[in-house]
Amino acid sequence: MGINTQALMAQLLVGLINGSFYALLSLGLAVIFGMLNIINFAHGALYMMGAFVAYFLLSIFGLNYWFALVLAPIIVGAFGMILERTMLQRLAGLDHLYGLLLTFGLALIIQGVFQNFFGSSGLPYAIPTALQGGTNLGFMFLPTYRAWVVVFSLTVCLLTWFLIEKTRLGAYLRAATENPTLVRAFGVNVPRMITLTYGLGVGLAALAGVLSAPINQVRPLMGADLIIVVFAVVVIGGMGSIMGSIVTGFMLGVLEGLTKYFYPEASNTVVFVFMVLVLLLKPSGLTGRAA
Amino acid sequence: MPSQMAAQAAPRTVQSAAADAVLQVENLQAWYGESHILHGVNFDVRGGEVVTLLGRNGAGKTTTLKSVMGIIGKRSGSVSFEGKQIIRASSDRIARLGVAFCPEERGIFASLDVRENLMLPPQVRPGGLSLDQIFELFPNLKERLNSQGTKLSGGEQQMLAIARILRTGARFLMLDEPTEGLAPVIIQQIGKTIAELKKQGFTILLVEQNFRFASTVADRFYVMEHGKIIDTFANSDLAANMDKLHAYLGV
Repeated sequence: MGINTQALMAQLLVGLINGSFYALLSLGLAVIFGMLNIINFAHGALYMMGAFVAYFLLSIFGLNYWFALVLAPIIVGAFGMILERTMLQRLAGLDHLYGLLLTFGLALIIQGVFQNFFGSSGLPYAIPTALQGGTNLGFMFLPTYRAWVVVFSLTVCLLTWFLIEKTRLGAYLRAATENPTLVRAFGVNVPRMITLTYGLGVGLAALAGVLSAPINQVRPLMGADLIIVVFAVVVIGGMGSIMGSIVTGFMLGVLEGLTKYFYPEASNTVVFVFMVLVLLLKPSGLTGRAA
Repeated sequence: MPSQMAAQAAPRTVQSAAADAVLQVENLQAWYGESHILHGVNFDVRGGEVVTLLGRNGAGKTTTLKSVMGIIGKRSGSVSFEGKQIIRASSDRIARLGVAFCPEERGIFASLDVRENLMLPPQVRPGGLSLDQIFELFPNLKERLNSQGTKLSGGEQQMLAIARILRTGARFLMLDEPTEGLAPVIIQQIGKTIAELKKQGFTILLVEQNFRFASTVADRFYVMEHGKIIDTFANSDLAANMDKLHAYLGV
């Protein structure tokens, strides 16, 4: 079987782009699960809100993509913190199922509201001028915006990993994941830290939404399509594992891309088949610790 | 017998509540859910003292420390630290006032290495021990700085747990059974450390079941039973109270 390098590379690039979104979203989920013990089903809706905030900033206030990259995560992150303070905080100590049901309900409400006002079809969001065009690498054409998404996502993921694994603030987060009562007894305001962590996880989802807007258009259900795969990524990487989420996100994006080239019929299911295999062989995930 | 003693102990406690008390606890009650655990605990700790809470398993010693620290959600009565009422304060606020707590299970974080464990508690007051001073007290920790916290031996973990709170600048330490499960040679080392901390002016509230150890470091003792203080005496009165103590502790 002859391999068409250009087509293979194009699918790999698509895989890397999807992997970028998987990584950013699953990273946010991992951060939230690690700290709040909540499986945040609203993550897809908050990702969609990030894209919509970028759209509003441009269409109402004339603030372009670069402003949206900074402002959308802050605005949606603040919305997330309000959700945490007013609702999620009340679920502390309860079974996972309560958090899952609440966030699932929130996702349905948020998506329903947006669908009510904007319908189901996509709203256009242009690629910023500085990132238009592309480069011919000889074996493939590399669109500048797509390259930017991969590099920027990877940078944000690694910065988040550094923040959590290598800084004092990250040490607080990791310690509070293990024993919040003791960390609080050391003088750390753990409830505030939990709220900020939820804001950080939600901000990452919103950032992915902004990055996605010029590629996938802005649609109320854009998060619902993605979130199931992202949960599979989190399960494969290991619930709560930061590096596991990043590596698995990119890896599964590439796996999907390769499957699209070699056996397109399986491209929608390959992630779930892989998840089943991982659950059978290593239930705690590729990088997760056994319970 | 215990109820009679409680009646006797209470006035003595109130009398000993001198103006220089760093910690004064009056009628402290605490609950775990519906279970009423502490039934009006009264005691005080004065500046520079080592005070030990003695008692059998389930007497309420650990719950008393946790209640003072604000970890037990449902509590009432009065807990005054350096003149400030802290019965309704959250544990992070109590810690920032200068109260440091070393839990019975040591609380070493598995996801943090020794250095991170050591540096974790924020400084709540100036004057915390520097790393060099800590390594002087616990030389083992210096060699294990990059090891995972929970990979240390039990003794080293206990040293780390104590060292960690000395960095914060808090001058009032609450140590919950620091000798539990440790080899005699390590217990001796912990005893020396507590004596050294006392010499440096720290005030220490200790919970112990190991009476032999406690008798070497404490200035005063309170005996607890069924969530109450049932007796109290100074170290100097220890010999005279030995029979009673044996009866209380079942030793």
